[in-house]
Amino acid sequence: MTITVAGEKKEVKEGLTLPELILLENVETPEYVTVSVNEEFVASDKVADTVLQEGDNVEFLYFMGGGCHGVDR
Amino acid sequence: MALTDEQMERYSRHIILKEVGAKGQKKLLEAKVLIIGAGGLGAPAAMYLAAAGVGTIGIADADEVDLSNLQRQIIHGTPDIGKAKVKSAAETIAQMNPDVKVNTYRTFVSSENIRELIREYDFILDGTDNFPAKFLINDACVMEKKPFSHAGIIRFKGQLMTYVPGQGPCYRCVFKNPPPKDAVPTCKQAGVIGAMGGVIGSLQAMEAIKYIIGKGELLTGVLLTYNALTMEFHKIKLPKDTHNCAVCGEHPTITELIDYEQAECDRK
Ligand SMILES: [Zn+2]
Repeated sequence: MTITVAGEKKEVKEGLTLPELILLENVETPEYVTVSVNEEFVASDKVADTVLQEGDNVEFLYFMGGGCHGVDR
Repeated sequence: MALTDEQMERYSRHIILKEVGAKGQKKLLEAKVLIIGAGGLGAPAAMYLAAAGVGTIGIADADEVDLSNLQRQIIHGTPDIGKAKVKSAAETIAQMNPDVKVNTYRTFVSSENIRELIREYDFILDGTDNFPAKFLINDACVMEKKPFSHAGIIRFKGQLMTYVPGQGPCYRCVFKNPPPKDAVPTCKQAGVIGAMGGVIGSLQAMEAIKYIIGKGELLTGVLLTYNALTMEFHKIKLPKDTHNCAVCGEHPTITELIDYEQAECDRK
């Protein structure tokens, strides 16, 4: 089946689960990444049970710091 | 207030744009923008906002200029090493544009001071590098109903989004809680290309300017990501549903600001 991951179309096996996709995509610090499927957030306790469907649009949203300190401790 | 001849000349490239004009330039001169963190993101943002004639720029930062800052924090120069970042930034801006009034706050933001600090500004720019500050800025802006630009940079990557009250998700809608200390690397630990602050900080300045002049589309409901290695920008449409958010949702559970603990190794 074809799904879109971070804006790119990909051919993946039928019934691919979200944890499998996270492994395939080599997602950095997967436990702290926010996932959206078809512009809906996937709650962290639902990630394990999410099976992807043909045409799904998956985005990974990463924590990103950068810039300058702003708070003390 | 009418623009002086000198201002007509200085801002002529703005004024000639139909989206700005003399009217938009006056809005910029009357606007107040607060930049939290005069670092990799805040430095270029502050410089473009100052050059653009944003009339009041607040800069909050407790740190001093360090040699390792100069690779990306272009508002500071080699003679500024050891100087308070807010002082160094204010001096650079004074040289760039005498129209700009700079308010300096040599302090770290905390739950104690941030709401009061942001209250008198029209737009807030998050130029901080750590998650406690990012969540604090988000929650304070939601509570004070202030628009702000979030940004982050690391290695060859950057991202930003804009929050405008009532017009889409806040930072906490996307990233529920800060990651534990040291779980996600910072620039200090992982490195960053200096020009990344220039790209993303300039985009933050662009968002502030568009908000002030009221033109164009802001990055509300969108996270814009940039990968310098592949030279790709990607717009991630964020879920519209914000009603469950702990701070900006219909029944917020966060009604007081939280001072999260910061990664130990980020401190000098
Ligand atoms: Zn929210």
